[in-house]
Amino acid sequence: MLHEVLLVARKDLRVEWRSKVTIGQVAPLALLVLVVFAFAFDANARLLGLGAGGLFWVAVLFGGTLLIQRAFDLETDDGNFDAFRMSTIGAPSLFLGKSLGVFIQVVLLELVLGPGVVLLYDVRIDDWFLLLAAALAGTVAFSVCGVLWGVMAAGVRVRATLLPLLLIPVLAPVLLAGSRAFETAFGVRAEAGWTWASVMFVIAAVHTAIGVGTFGFLLEEG
Amino acid sequence: MSTVVDFHKVVAVAGGFPVLAGLDIEIAPGEIVHLRGSNGVGKTSFLRACAGLIPIRAGEANVLGFDMRVDRRAPRRYIGLLGHENHLYTDLWVREHLEFRASVVGASEGDVGAALRRVGLSERLWSVPIERLSAGQRRRVAIASVLISRPQLWLLDEPHAALDSEGREFLDGILIDAASSGATVVFASHERDVLKSVASREVTLRGGRLWEDSGAA
Repeated sequence: MLHEVLLVARKDLRVEWRSKVTIGQVAPLALLVLVVFAFAFDANARLLGLGAGGLFWVAVLFGGTLLIQRAFDLETDDGNFDAFRMSTIGAPSLFLGKSLGVFIQVVLLELVLGPGVVLLYDVRIDDWFLLLAAALAGTVAFSVCGVLWGVMAAGVRVRATLLPLLLIPVLAPVLLAGSRAFETAFGVRAEAGWTWASVMFVIAAVHTAIGVGTFGFLLEEG
Repeated sequence: MSTVVDFHKVVAVAGGFPVLAGLDIEIAPGEIVHLRGSNGVGKTSFLRACAGLIPIRAGEANVLGFDMRVDRRAPRRYIGLLGHENHLYTDLWVREHLEFRASVVGASEGDVGAALRRVGLSERLWSVPIERLSAGQRRRVAIASVLISRPQLWLLDEPHAALDSEGREFLDGILIDAASSGATVVFASHERDVLKSVASREVTLRGGRLWEDSGAA
């Protein structure tokens, strides 16, 4: 199974490497979102610092949704969805492989956005360990939720507008938990950041279990 | 296995419309079946039903010995499907795409080269992004993708579309070789004259049912 998971992820990353969509388009676009927020809150730098955690996750949500869209466009362009369904790779491996591919691309996106937040919003990091744990949990949760809902929208003609509509409400708890955990890591909120990070781990685990169990069905009905 | 495809009074519905309306057909191993009929008579739907991509609502349907009403995913590993579209990852190089397909079915790197040579795709194109290829060259890559999986049942929808005369000859040779090695080929095409030399049987559909059969199994 691990071989199949890696096969799917490697293929998606190779397509990305050839097309350069994440590096060339999604990351600059998400960075632009951070810049727009910096301009919008320019008059109140303190507010910007307080909201930096939330703004980071909004930018991740924005860019990541495009990445998930892209991950399924690969499988639907040129009639590929039939090939995807006909694949001899098991549905759980397809789900985990797609999730791993999205996860790595979202990590790359965060590596661009992280320094952007620090530089543009003048953020000081108090708790690196919490920051990294929350980023990991949030990214896993984002990736598995995204792939789970991405396959539901994949077979639909209006998927470009449907996916964000489905995904954003589902990811709202991740956005909230990620923001709170980051605010604690940035030292702007004295709340239990680890609790919020744990919430994201639970969301990730639940959606991974649902995805592994239902991806085959969703693929058939897509 | 005496029949590869065994449909009795099969009804399949897609988008609320009965695309197969009581189809009866049996196809034996090694046959090359040419599906004919006007647009919208159910040729593509029949191929998709054989591949398990549309559910069977009524009747009995067995493909490669698997009951399609019980598990329509089961025979897919033995089926090679080529639809109207090519099912290609167009950002990838030709070789990369084929290597991925080969890895999925457990074929070797040597098989990739052999398949590309078999469809007559020049070696200088193997390291070119698929999106830069012409429509005919893409079709050849798509055929190589099916070839590499060595399917027991080939389901091809307008396989000659976009191919030049050389490409058509390559494809016809591949289909004849596949059938002579025991595989079964079912293809839909409007090109009757060109395909007479390839097909061992001609089947005409009308209104989602069998209309004419040049020689039942």
